[in-house]
Amino acid sequence: MKLIVSNVSGIPIYEQIKQQIKSAILSGELKEGEALPSLRTLARELKISVLTVTRAYTELEQEGFVNNVQGRGCFVMGKSSQLIREQLICRVETHLTEAIKASRMAEMPAEELHHLLDILMEENIDG
Amino acid sequence: MDNYLEVRHLSKAFPEFQLRDISFSLPPGYIMGLIGPNGSGKTTTIKLILNMLKRESGEIFLMGMDNLTHEKEIKSELAVVFDSNCFCGDWKVSQIENYISVFYKNWNSGTFSRLIRSFQLSPEKKVSELSRGMQMKLMLACAFSYGARLLILDEPTSGLDPVSRDELLTILSRYIEDGEHSVLFSTHITTDLERAADYITYINDGSLFFSGEKNEFLDMFRLVKGGPGELTGELKSRLLGLRIYSTGFEGLIRTEDLKLFSHLTAESPAIDDIMVFTNQKEGAL
Repeated sequence: MKLIVSNVSGIPIYEQIKQQIKSAILSGELKEGEALPSLRTLARELKISVLTVTRAYTELEQEGFVNNVQGRGCFVMGKSSQLIREQLICRVETHLTEAIKASRMAEMPAEELHHLLDILMEENIDG
Repeated sequence: MDNYLEVRHLSKAFPEFQLRDISFSLPPGYIMGLIGPNGSGKTTTIKLILNMLKRESGEIFLMGMDNLTHEKEIKSELAVVFDSNCFCGDWKVSQIENYISVFYKNWNSGTFSRLIRSFQLSPEKKVSELSRGMQMKLMLACAFSYGARLLILDEPTSGLDPVSRDELLTILSRYIEDGEHSVLFSTHITTDLERAADYITYINDGSLFFSGEKNEFLDMFRLVKGGPGELTGELKSRLLGLRIYSTGFEGLIRTEDLKLFSHLTAESPAIDDIMVFTNQKEGAL
C-alpha cells in the first residue's frame, strides 16, 4: 500500500493517512484481516508524531474500517462490515444526486437517465 | 505506568522574571516540545526539573519519583543534552566512554560502540574537532548507552544545519518507537516540532499558555485574512493578534469564534504563527 503525506496540501496529516488507507480498503488492495503498518513504525518512517497516526487509526476504527486489537495491531475489517457498506451506499447516493442535478440542467427526461444507467451498468459489468 | 514526567504548579521568582504555576505531564512513549520565545522560561523550567535551580513551590515527579528526595535514582533513568558541548574539548571520542561510564551502573559498552559507528563518529577525533552536529550525536550516544527512559534536550537544534536537524529528529523518533522512552525537547525552532512532536507545552512570559496534544493545539486557532474594509470592531475584539498592511490584514482567532466571520479566508496556522501572534506587544504592528 502506498502512503504518502504532504505538508502543503492544507489537509491535516491524520486525514491524509485516513483517506489513503480507506481507499486502499475500498479498492480491495488491503484485504480483510490484513494488518495495518505498526502505528509507531509508521510514525517514525513518515517522520510524523505517534499521536497523529493514532488519531488516523482511531477514526478508521470508529468508521468500521479496521479493528484495533490491543497489543496486537490494527486489522482490516471485511468490506461486508455494515459501517463500510453504509459509507459506500452514501457514496452512491451522493454521486447519483450529482447525476440527477446534471441531468436536470441538461433537461434530460428521467426515462433517459434510467436508460443511461442501465447502459453504463452493462458496460461495467465486470468492474 | 504513570507519567514519566509530571510538573504540578511549579513556581519560581527571580528579581526580573517569574515562572508562575506551570503544570504539565508527559506519558511514556511520546515526544513533547517545550516552546516559547527567548526568555519565556523554558530553560528555567528544565533546570527546575533537574534540580539545578531550587523551586519555590509546586511538585515535580520523574518516573513517579519526587525529583528532590529521589534525585540519584531519577538521574540514572534520565538523560540530558544541553545546547552546548559538555565534554572536555581535548578528549578523544574513543576516550569518552572511560571517563563517563563510571558514573552509570547500567552502562552498556556494546550499545555505545554500536551508536558511535552508526552516528559515524571517528574514534580518533578530539571533541573540539567535531562539528556541532557531531558533538550533539556524541552526547546522544552517551545518553542512550545507560538505558535512560526519559531524554531532556534544551535547544538541541539551534545552531544545527537542516541535515543534522533531520538526523536528530530521526534519532528521536527511533528512540521512542518502542513506546517505553519519552523525550522533552525545548526549542524555538518550531518547524522541527511541526511533524515529530506529540505534545506541546507552550510557556509565554513565565506562564503556561497551553499544554496538550499538538494536533489539538493547532486545531484551537485559525489564521484569518481579509481586505482593509473587513476588519470590523467586532472582529478586532476577538483577534488574539493582528497585523495590518496596506491592502489587508491577517490575524489569529480562536477556532470557535471563526463561525462569526465565515466570509473571511481562514487557514490552519503553523506553530510559529501562533507564537508570533500571541506575543505581539500592545500597539506594535
